[in-house]
Amino acid sequence: MPNNLLVDGPADGVRIFTLNRPDALNALNTELLGNLSRALDDAEADPETRAVVITGSQKAFAAGADINEMASRDLVGILEDPRVAHWQRIDRFPKPIIAAVNGFALGGGCELAMHADIMIAGANARFGQPEINLGIMPGAGGTQRLVRKVGEALAMHMALTGEPIDANRALQAGLISEICQPELTVEKAIQIARSIARKAPIAVKLTKESVRKANDMNLAEGLRFERHAFTVLAGTADRQEGLDAFREKRKPNFTGR
Amino acid sequence: MTQPSILLEIDQGVAMLTLNRPDNLNSFNVEMHEQMRDAVSKVRKDSSVRVLVITGAGRGFCAGQDLSDRSVAPGQEAPDLGESLEKYYNPLMRSLRDLPMPVLCAVNGVAAGAGANIALACDITLAARSASFVQAFCKLGLVPDSGGTWTLPRVAGMARAKGMALLGDKIGAEQAESWGMIWRCVDNEALMEETMKLAKHFASQPTKGLALIKRALHASASNTFEEQLNLERDLQRMAGRSEDYREGVAAFMEKRTPTFKGK
Repeated sequence: MPNNLLVDGPADGVRIFTLNRPDALNALNTELLGNLSRALDDAEADPETRAVVITGSQKAFAAGADINEMASRDLVGILEDPRVAHWQRIDRFPKPIIAAVNGFALGGGCELAMHADIMIAGANARFGQPEINLGIMPGAGGTQRLVRKVGEALAMHMALTGEPIDANRALQAGLISEICQPELTVEKAIQIARSIARKAPIAVKLTKESVRKANDMNLAEGLRFERHAFTVLAGTADRQEGLDAFREKRKPNFTGR
Repeated sequence: MTQPSILLEIDQGVAMLTLNRPDNLNSFNVEMHEQMRDAVSKVRKDSSVRVLVITGAGRGFCAGQDLSDRSVAPGQEAPDLGESLEKYYNPLMRSLRDLPMPVLCAVNGVAAGAGANIALACDITLAARSASFVQAFCKLGLVPDSGGTWTLPRVAGMARAKGMALLGDKIGAEQAESWGMIWRCVDNEALMEETMKLAKHFASQPTKGLALIKRALHASASNTFEEQLNLERDLQRMAGRSEDYREGVAAFMEKRTPTFKGK
C-alpha cells in the first residue's frame, strides 16, 4: 500500500510532510492522522528539524475526514476514538508548523490547517467546515480555532451554513497570512520555514508558546507568561550571540544553547 | 435526433466551440448551459488544446438568456434569477476566465445580454462589421450580468459603460473597435479566416507563458502596484521554469525559429 504521508528532509532545518491520498482528496482517515502524529514525534526528537511544513496536493490540502470511517463509529466508538490523541499530539508540537494550503481545506482539513502556527494558501484555496451538511459538527477544533482566527460573525456563518470561503476572504479575515500562486505555495512555505530554522531555537520555541498563550489566558496572565519567557531567554548563549552579531554587523551563529 | 446546442471540435491544438441554437439566436437555455459546461471542461482537461475559439452558428452570436425559458405570468411568484446566475452563468464566466490558454471570440452577429458579456470577457474578441453588442438588461428592468458590470467599465471606460448599461443601445462592431472594447472589427466574409489565422498562431505559441500573462492581467484589476510587482515576480519565476522559455532562449541564440510545446 502506498504511503499516505510523504516525509521529506530535514534539509536546512525543515521537514516537509505531504498528505498523499490523492484518490480521496487527502481525506484524513485515522491511519493518515496517526502517521502524521508519529512523523511529528520524530520531528520533535530530531534536533536538526527546526520547523515543519505540512501540505497536500495542488487540488486539495485535505477535503475532510474519512466519512465511511466516521459512519462506522457509534457513540462508544467515538468516545474511544484514537483520533483525539493524534489531534492533541499535533497541537502540542513545540516547533513551528507552517501549513501550505492549495485547493480544498474542508472539515478536518481546515481544522488541521488551523493547527499550524502559520498558514499560507494558494489563490485556489477553499476553507470550510461543511460538517453541518452531514448532520454533524466540527470535532477537532473547528468551532474553537475558527472563531479565534476569523471572529464570531464569519465563524458562525461558516459553521452553520457549511459554505466555504476563498483565499481572499481567508486573508481578509485573518485565517491565513499570505496568498500565493498555487504553484509556489509550498516553495513559499519552505522559505518561511527555512527562515525560522535559522533563528535561535529556544527563542523560537518560547515565542511560539507565548503567542499561543494569547488564546488561553487573559491579558495580564499572558503578559506575565511573556515576561517570564523573555527572562528565561536571558540565560541562553544564543541571546548573547544574537546581540553580539547585531552590534558587530555580522550573521549570528546560533547553537540552540 | 435533435442538434446539439454546443458543437466542439478539437484539431491540432485549436478547440472550436460553436453556440448552436441558430433558430433562437443561440440564446441560452438549461440544455445549452449544460453542454457548454461540459465543452469548456473538456477543453480545460485536454492538454493538447492551446487555444479556444468561441463563435455562434447562423446569423447571431448569442442573444443571452432564452426568455421563453423565463416567462413570468402575472400573479406568479417572482423567479429567482440569482439562482440561474449562481448555477450556470457565474461558473461559466469563471471557467472561461480561468482557462490556461488564449480564448478567442468571433462575434459573427448580434451579441446581446449575457451573450455580449461573454464575448467581451474573452481574451481576444473579433467582430464582423455587421455584428453588434447590446446590453439589453436595462430594458427588462434587470442588471447586466455574466460579469458585464465588471467587464464594461474596464474595456470601455465608466462613461461608456454607463451609457451602454443604462440605455441599452446597440453598439456596432466598428464603434466597439474604436472604443477599445474588442481587438478588431473585420469584414463579415473575412471573420472566420482572420479568427482561424490567429487561432493557428496561438496554437504554436508558448501557451503556459500566455496563461501566466492572462493571470497577471486579470489580477491587475484588484491589485495595488506593489502587489502586482510581487505577482509579476512570482509568475516570471514560474515562466522561467517552462520548457518553452528554454526553447525560446535557445532558438534566439541559435538564430532559428522556436518550436514551442505549450509547456
